[in-house]
Amino acid sequence: MTAPAPAVAEHPAALALAGRHRVRIWEPLPWLLAIAFYFLFPKYLGFGTDLLVTILFALSLDLVLGYAGIVTLGHAAFFGAGAYTVGMLAKYGIWTEPITGLVIAAAVAAAIGFVSGLILLRTTGLTLLMLTLCTMALLEEAANLGQEYTGGFDGLDSVPIDPVFGIFEFNPLFPNTQYLYVLGVLFLCFIFIRTLVYSPFGQSLTGIRENMLRMHAVGAPVRMRLVLCYTISAAIAGIAGALWAQANAYVNLSALGLDRAATVLIILVLGGCGRLYGAFVGAIAYMALSHFLAKIYPTAWQLGLGLLLVIIALFARNGILGIFQSFLHRLKAKRARSS
Amino acid sequence: MSAPLLETRGLGRNFGALLAVHDINFRLEAGARHALIGPNGAGKTTFINLLSGVLQSSTGQVIFKGDDITEMPEAARVKLGIARTFQINRLFRGLSVLENVYIAVAERTGIAPSKLRPAGTRKNVVDEAMHMLETVKLQDAAGSLVSELPYGRQRLVEIAIALGLRSEVLLLDEPAAGVPSAETHIILDAVAGLPKHIGVLIIEHDMDVVFRFAERITVMVAGSVFTEGTPEQIRADERVRAVYLGQEAHRGAAHG
Ligand SMILES: Nc1ncnc2c1ncn2[C@@H]1O[C@H](COP(=O)(O)OP(=O)(O)O)[C@@H](O)[C@H]1O
Ligand SMILES: [Mg+2]
Repeated sequence: MTAPAPAVAEHPAALALAGRHRVRIWEPLPWLLAIAFYFLFPKYLGFGTDLLVTILFALSLDLVLGYAGIVTLGHAAFFGAGAYTVGMLAKYGIWTEPITGLVIAAAVAAAIGFVSGLILLRTTGLTLLMLTLCTMALLEEAANLGQEYTGGFDGLDSVPIDPVFGIFEFNPLFPNTQYLYVLGVLFLCFIFIRTLVYSPFGQSLTGIRENMLRMHAVGAPVRMRLVLCYTISAAIAGIAGALWAQANAYVNLSALGLDRAATVLIILVLGGCGRLYGAFVGAIAYMALSHFLAKIYPTAWQLGLGLLLVIIALFARNGILGIFQSFLHRLKAKRARSS
Repeated sequence: MSAPLLETRGLGRNFGALLAVHDINFRLEAGARHALIGPNGAGKTTFINLLSGVLQSSTGQVIFKGDDITEMPEAARVKLGIARTFQINRLFRGLSVLENVYIAVAERTGIAPSKLRPAGTRKNVVDEAMHMLETVKLQDAAGSLVSELPYGRQRLVEIAIALGLRSEVLLLDEPAAGVPSAETHIILDAVAGLPKHIGVLIIEHDMDVVFRFAERITVMVAGSVFTEGTPEQIRADERVRAVYLGQEAHRGAAHG
């Protein structure tokens, strides 16, 4: 075959592919809002910290579910692994420095992700779903039974954490440090994930999601790719869990239960899978909705949330961001027609 | 005789009691333009599945350039240089046409595992993918989602993905099925444009296409090789006419 003509690179589709990773004009917005929140709502920084941790956790799930198409109901296993790692290390005075603590938590969660991934990712669909659930249940039971080390059902509280950079103290009453610290870590992790999903590796993950059989037929080592993706995602979920433990100065079983795993799944589906910002939109929408619904129906608010989820699953497969995108799409088409 | 590109010895595969493919000794030479024909259910697709590693054989061997690859998984065979298309489209439906071919080219060139530089800035990969789309006349649809294309044009994406792998063996399972007859020449032209040394095996029902394309024809019936020969031999073979070609052979002969 002859060498490709130079003109093909100027094709609109090639240009679109070459430019899709560029920073869009609105992308600084969530970060500006997060900083504005710090100054505008000093009383709600605890809530804000929780929200940021949840966003990071949802982002880690987006990598496996939204990009690689791995259906998991057990992602809180890694969140919990990270949380218990920093919690136990600090409680027993082995390691209290926060940033290196995150690195250790990420490594532990990644190791669990790698080993379980090697086994689980041979399967797909419902089997995979059940196995992820079992892995999480196993860890939860281990944390429950290992009372001597994990504090069992009560967990560990008053976990001592050193000041960030040796200067900024974590104060449970005024979580200013926690908020900015978590925001900084979220930002770094986000840049990492964003880079990853736009890379050829990220593109191959979407190939696996769209048609795993065809991926084999183009020579891709599908299982190794999935295991790697699962491991990276586990590490990020582990960081989210570690941040949660550090910011709250406690760990308990709620870190790795089905409740947390299901909630993060709902958040991602609500916001929109496989589109990075779905984690942000979903987390904010979920927190706002559950707050609002709990006020008007204090007893049955979860019912409203479940109903909403059914509606999203039936009519808006791509979540809130998907609705927004198709609206923009239609607006553009309309403008193109009228001009 | 030197070792053929791809060879099978006593290759067989059963599904329960059904012998879908039975005791096939087959050679695909370098540079071959080989057609595989036979009635529906003859085992043609199953045979290609065995060659490409989609299915494991029950008996016999698959040999590539003298090496036994019978146990080798599908992806490893692709890396060796055996590519295929599927009778029923297997595409990345939610991705753009360009992305579909990009994924194949990225795997072949070995950049697919890289995690830092954005995919779209790999200019040589994008250029090559675009070039493959030009080969099958799909460049104007490069930006569309595959699922938005009519079925016939999706078939061409299927071909472009296989071309992007630049294999030495190309196995085409009814590539023209579902393609409007006005566009089947695009597929034949694309195959004609391949480097001469590539061995091509095509399953095809349209006898016009078979006789225009093939230099050698294998006829399969009920899981076994019924006969093999040049197009002239096959066309003249009364038994083939009886079991398979029927009226189609006359039509093909009239054209030839
Ligand atoms: N996965 C399978 N399981 C069971 N039977 C199969 C399977 N694949 C093919 N067969 C059977 O094997 C025979 C050959 O099928 P196939 O190779 O698709 O034929 P062809 O491509 O020549 O039409 C058919 O009888 C078909 O029903
Ligand atoms: Mg077939």
